[in-house]
Amino acid sequence: MGENQKARIATTSLAGCFGCHMSLLDIDERILQLAELVVFDKSPINDIKQFTGRCDVGLIEGGCCNEHNVEVLRDFRKHCDILISIGDCATMGGIPALRNTVPLQECLDEAYRDGPSVHNPSGMIPNDVELPLILDKVYPAHEVVKIDYHLPGCPPSADTLWEALVALLTAKPVELPYELVKYD
Amino acid sequence: MTPGITFTIDGKQVTAAPGQTIIEAADTAGIYIPRLCHKPGLEPFGSCRLCTVTVGGRPCSSCTQPAAEGIVVESDTDELNEHRRALLEMLFVEGNHFCMFCEKSGNCELQALAYKFGITAPSFTYQWQKHDVDASHPQILIDRNRCILCARCVRASQDLDGKSVFGFVGRGPNKRLAVNAEARLSDTNVDVTDEALDVCPVGALLRKHVGYKVPIGKRQFDHTPIGSDVEGEPAPDDCGCGGAENVCQCTQSE
Repeated sequence: MGENQKARIATTSLAGCFGCHMSLLDIDERILQLAELVVFDKSPINDIKQFTGRCDVGLIEGGCCNEHNVEVLRDFRKHCDILISIGDCATMGGIPALRNTVPLQECLDEAYRDGPSVHNPSGMIPNDVELPLILDKVYPAHEVVKIDYHLPGCPPSADTLWEALVALLTAKPVELPYELVKYD
Repeated sequence: MTPGITFTIDGKQVTAAPGQTIIEAADTAGIYIPRLCHKPGLEPFGSCRLCTVTVGGRPCSSCTQPAAEGIVVESDTDELNEHRRALLEMLFVEGNHFCMFCEKSGNCELQALAYKFGITAPSFTYQWQKHDVDASHPQILIDRNRCILCARCVRASQDLDGKSVFGFVGRGPNKRLAVNAEARLSDTNVDVTDEALDVCPVGALLRKHVGYKVPIGKRQFDHTPIGSDVEGEPAPDDCGCGGAENVCQCTQSE
């Protein structure tokens, strides 16, 4: 298949830990088969920073904890035909969302002023124009843009990602066996 | 053989003993009706509504409704399953369920039901309500983030342990699991051997120090969907097996 006929795929890690991307790499030698099926567009895997064209599939790891995450996620929605939330952070907020039951000011105070290991005599909370503003809460991806498929798991196993991608790329329904959809 | 009550569930003929509820008869017949608050050995409670079936077209909770001669029960229908799915999704957005670090993951009935109904992400907005953790007891933990207010522990403590350690306070979204002490679990007469600790369907009530004794991947629902034990081979008459309580009727009557 020529490069032009291959499906284009983009991936990103928002408020995530890159564990889901690690899990994608965990497909081992099947990555050669994946390379037969797809061309990677914007992705930390190839370090392409900007979309170079329309993509068939976008993989979203992580939810949105700051305005930069929201911007990237909206950019993905704009450029991708199908968006897939991968991992618990994208589908429900995950570990970053542990702060969601605590008011934002308390979180900032604990992190930058009052925490037991913090040395910050001026009591300043980072507030540079270069820093994306933090959101009041961490939002799962589908609460920010429309998401077409969700693959939960922390991380979703390599088999889960592989089976779902191959089904999508070969125009088959994404019907995963019981063992492959897990929340842990 | 005592004369039984005969009726149908999803078109299948079922026989119930006098006094049995619909869900008990269904279990005996190998028909799994989803449930969370119901547990054999505990008084029916009828709060989670997952076991709602229609009897002659009218909805009712099968864990509280006695079986009756000739009734036509429907359980596994698209409409009821859609409702069950919505109920489960609501539980996921109301509580703070972090499966990835929950000790109960893989043995959790809420999670297993979500797997069964193919929920990959809830369609409702997360509520992120603040709930308390009570880790005061050296051997037992309450995490109210995970509590679904099924009252299994309330009933088990009262009826099986004879203690009344647990109860509910508040109403509506403020309803919460309370302990029978001024504030903390460690001030109650709860004991690590209490049966109340065995019945929690989620990870809200846990014994400490045994969290990962059975590793993730080898747990009850990791490979087998919830309800498989009910739908499996019926227990032989003389079993006395002490096996899965949903299958083996003889262990329940003790």
